[in-house]
Amino acid sequence: MVQALPFGSAYGFAAVHQAGALGLAVDAAVVWLLTYAQSLFDVVNAGVMALVVFTETLLAAPSPWSFALIVAGLGLWRVSGGFALFALLGLNLVLAMGLWDPMISTLALVLTASCLALLIGLPLGVLSARLQPVWRLLRPCLDLMQTMPAFVYLIPAVMLFSTGAVPAIIATLVFAMPPVVRLTQLGIRQVPVDLIEAGRAFGCSELQLLWKVQMPSALPTVMSGVNQTIMLALSMVVIASMIGGGGLGDVVLRGIQQLDVGLGFEGGIAVVILAVILDRLSQSLRLEGERTVEARSRRWRSLWRTP
Amino acid sequence: MNSEICIDSLWKIYGGSADSAIKQLQSGLDPLDLYQRTGLRAAVRDVSLEIQTGEIFVVMGLSGSGKSTLLRLLNGLVRPCSGEVSIQGRRLSSLGPVELNKLRREQMGMVFQSFALFPHRTVIDNAAFGLEVAGVPRPQRRGLALKALERVGLGDECRKYPHQLSGGMQQRVGLARALALDPPILLMDEAFSALDPLIRSDMQELLLELQAERQRTIVFISHDLDEAIRLGDRIALMQDGQVLQCGTAQSLLSDPASRAVRHFFRDIDSAAVLDVAAIAAMPNFLLVDAAGPSAALDAVVGDPVYVLDESKRLRGVRTCSNGWIEADQLETLRAGTRLRDAMPLVASLAYPPPVVDSAGCFLGVITPRLLLRSLEVNV
Repeated sequence: MVQALPFGSAYGFAAVHQAGALGLAVDAAVVWLLTYAQSLFDVVNAGVMALVVFTETLLAAPSPWSFALIVAGLGLWRVSGGFALFALLGLNLVLAMGLWDPMISTLALVLTASCLALLIGLPLGVLSARLQPVWRLLRPCLDLMQTMPAFVYLIPAVMLFSTGAVPAIIATLVFAMPPVVRLTQLGIRQVPVDLIEAGRAFGCSELQLLWKVQMPSALPTVMSGVNQTIMLALSMVVIASMIGGGGLGDVVLRGIQQLDVGLGFEGGIAVVILAVILDRLSQSLRLEGERTVEARSRRWRSLWRTP
Repeated sequence: MNSEICIDSLWKIYGGSADSAIKQLQSGLDPLDLYQRTGLRAAVRDVSLEIQTGEIFVVMGLSGSGKSTLLRLLNGLVRPCSGEVSIQGRRLSSLGPVELNKLRREQMGMVFQSFALFPHRTVIDNAAFGLEVAGVPRPQRRGLALKALERVGLGDECRKYPHQLSGGMQQRVGLARALALDPPILLMDEAFSALDPLIRSDMQELLLELQAERQRTIVFISHDLDEAIRLGDRIALMQDGQVLQCGTAQSLLSDPASRAVRHFFRDIDSAAVLDVAAIAAMPNFLLVDAAGPSAALDAVVGDPVYVLDESKRLRGVRTCSNGWIEADQLETLRAGTRLRDAMPLVASLAYPPPVVDSAGCFLGVITPRLLLRSLEVNV
């Protein structure tokens, strides 16, 4: 149960006795933060809360049917007709299972956490591509963030931000950020030397070099990072239901706790449908010109033109 | 001062601190020894050159001779360890980053061996890149870019992406990108080396046409001696980071400064380089200041006899087989004609063809024997 998880310094100290010296130090750091930086966490808490509430309100505003049509339309534009049909049927199934509202709140959590992860991760990626020391410092941190078992983030998140959507988003943010930092760094480092030389030879300033040469050239790789971040965010948001994140994770968690295979399966299927939709749509960000509606309509028009 | 680009004892050493390495090399250390002992690689060693306004200056050398580094030193992509580059009298080392960028934008365009086109930009946006960086408003820069593309024959392809074009067309885009700003200086780094021979020769022709329309100072890097001879007003031969010799193709061929220079020209068909004026010799029988067929001419025994007037213009030739031939019926060779083009005439005439300069003055004759000997020199 959500309330049964250790929460607050009293519980924190109780748990310490099972940890070694390193664990004690980490715990002390968290307690110190709680004591002296509480107001900072309150501000972050309020800000993230406002953001997630806003996102959820926005997503819940259209009726399920118009929402599904919008997603299908996006799919038709960016991906393919088959995908549009899948999105329409899949969202219909979610609605039929009565899981529409949990799905919307999961989506709101994913989008908020991903946006924040991109907001922090993209500049970090750019910075670490251009400044070697930043990368050397950041790399072990990213390794740590990615390989630390996801559940471990939940404990400090709860201690610092209590339970609910905000710690869920913070834990997700930490877990989902590494790919976008890594792939942005990689993308920029991989820009061919001759393109950089051409940029400089034509008089680019450093900023122009970044925006006109490096970023456009690195865009496909950066977008794979964005895609990875969104997918990781979805998987973490489901886990974060253990600290009261809410949404589809709650449904799955209830299924586990009540050994209700059917309920767990329905929650799982809804997560899969959401995952496929998010994956295909965010992957389509990577595709250049050729697959857009403009290119396709040009192809259609060319059929009518006399040679 | 007429020199657009002035290079003064330029050094570039890669791989570490250069000062002691430069001193060691100056005192006669072999660069290979330096590399094996310290890992420092001397890319450019003590190069001094003056490149004149409006000339095509070819830097010729094998790969690894430091010619690409030399080109990058000219626009500051590579900073020298010692020495100075001046562009239009302004020293590069005295320029701050902003001024250097301004100089690159306004004065020099660069064309790359690998084309280095931006794959995410259409052809016209590629051509407009320099203008965009310089802050020219969009409609204006599109107009200028389109004009440059039309000049290189790609006006219709401007909405395509680079990967949709052939290699030759891509390099035309690269050329248009450099021309769009209409810079007085063009830097070309093995610009045509990646193209197949037919396309390459087309591009060389295009470059010569462009140069005829508007004189630019072109620094052209090449490893192809035929290309260097075809394009270059002057050629600098580079080896191991040093300039072996600098001059016109003909002076390098006929007057090589060292064995290494001669070695370069080993496989070159000297008939394609040498000028008839350079090998023309005075004929055995020459009569100056005579008025055509006369008693004076009759007195000369010999065949053939060339007759000049007092201002050294050719009057005519007397041959045994054909008798007197007036100047206006003579076949002559103009100075500047390559030996290769003179061969048919030398072979077909009964007398050695006379060579005259652009003012009509007699310079000498080309005998078949002279021609053969001049071809033999470089073998």
